[in-house]
Amino acid sequence: MNTEKNKYMNPYVAGFFLGLLIIAAYYFAGEGLGSSGGYRDVAIGVINKVSPAYAQTNPYTAPHVADGHSPVNTWLVFELLGVIFGAILSAALYGRLKFVVGKAPHITNKKRLYLALLGGILWGIGTQLGRGCTSGLVLSGMSVNSLSGYIGLVAIFGFGFIFAFMFKKLWIKKN
Amino acid sequence: MGPLYPQELLNPEYNLLIGAIIGVGFGFLLEASGFTNTRKLAGIFYGYDATVIKVFFTAALTGLIGLFIMHNMGIIDVTLTFYPKTFWIPTLIGGAIMGLGFVIGGFCPGTSLSAAATGKVDAMAFITGVLLGIFGFIFTYQTAWEALRKSGKMGKVDIAQWIGIKEGLFIFLFTIIAILTFIVFQKWQDKWKSKMSKQDIDELGI
Repeated sequence: MNTEKNKYMNPYVAGFFLGLLIIAAYYFAGEGLGSSGGYRDVAIGVINKVSPAYAQTNPYTAPHVADGHSPVNTWLVFELLGVIFGAILSAALYGRLKFVVGKAPHITNKKRLYLALLGGILWGIGTQLGRGCTSGLVLSGMSVNSLSGYIGLVAIFGFGFIFAFMFKKLWIKKN
Repeated sequence: MGPLYPQELLNPEYNLLIGAIIGVGFGFLLEASGFTNTRKLAGIFYGYDATVIKVFFTAALTGLIGLFIMHNMGIIDVTLTFYPKTFWIPTLIGGAIMGLGFVIGGFCPGTSLSAAATGKVDAMAFITGVLLGIFGFIFTYQTAWEALRKSGKMGKVDIAQWIGIKEGLFIFLFTIIAILTFIVFQKWQDKWKSKMSKQDIDELGI
C-alpha cells in the first residue's frame, strides 16, 4: 500500500496559511479570496463572445460588459488561473498527478460522474443566487465579520448535514 | 494603508499579478491539504474525516483575527474593501442549494478546480455542471431569479453589530466555538477510524 501519495499537510498549518492568503487578498486587491465569481466571469466571457448584443441586454451580464473591458479580465479569473497552477504544483510535489475518478468505492464511475455533473449544476445556480461560494461568500465573508458569510456558512453546512443524511448511501456503504 | 488597489495605490497589472500569485498559494494549499479528494470533503458531513472543518475554521480564525488587528492598527481599512452586502433570503436559499450540491457532487467550486487540474475526472464533470448551472441561471435570470436575488436586502452588515456585541467579544466567542468544533469532529473521526479498513484510512490519509 502506497501511503506516501496520501500524505497531506497538517490541516491547522494549511488553514493558517490559507487565512494569510485571505488577508493578502483583502490587503492588496480589496477582494475576498473567491472561486464562483471567476466561474461567472468566464461564463459571461463566453456569452459575450457568442453574442455581445445579448450580453449587453441581459441585466445580469450587462454590468460586467458595460465599460468595454473584457469580462474575463478580472482579479478573480487571474486568481483562478493561479489556483490551477498551484494545485498542479502541489500534486506534482506529492506525486498525486493522475487521471482518476474520485468516489466512494461502492459507487460506479458512471454514477459518480453523473452525480458530480448534477451537483455542479446546483452549485452553478446556488452561487449566483446566494452571491458566492464556500470561499468567497463564506470564508472571506467570515474573515471580515460579514453577516452574509455566516448565513452562507449555516445554510451550506446546515442544509448540507440534512441532505447528507438523506443521501448517505452515496458516500457510506451499507453493512 | 490597505486595501491598496481600491485606493489606487497599486496599478491594475500588478493587482492581477498578485491575484495570480495568491491563487497559486490557494490552489497549492487546497491540494496539499487533501481537498481534491472528494471522499475527504464529503467526510465532513458524516464525521469520518475532520480535515475540512479544521482547515476551514483555522483559515477563518486567522483571517478574522488578522484583519481585526490590522484594521485596529490602521494597516487596512476593511470598510474600503468589497465588503459583502447581505441579502439574507437569496443567500439562505442559495446556500441550501449549494448544500445539496455539495452532498451530491462532492465538491465546491474552488476545490473542484484544484481537483480537475490534478486529473480528477469527477471534478471535470462537476466544473462542467457549474458552468451549465451559471448559463442556465443567466438565461432564466429575469423570469426566475431577479426578484428573489434582490430580496432580503440588508446592506453591509457586521455580525457582531447585528447581534449587538463588541467585535472583539464576537471573535473570542467564535474562537471558543471553533475549538469545541475541532474537538467534537476529532472525536467523531477517531470513532470512525477505529472501525475503518486500512485501505480506507490510507486513501483518506487520516
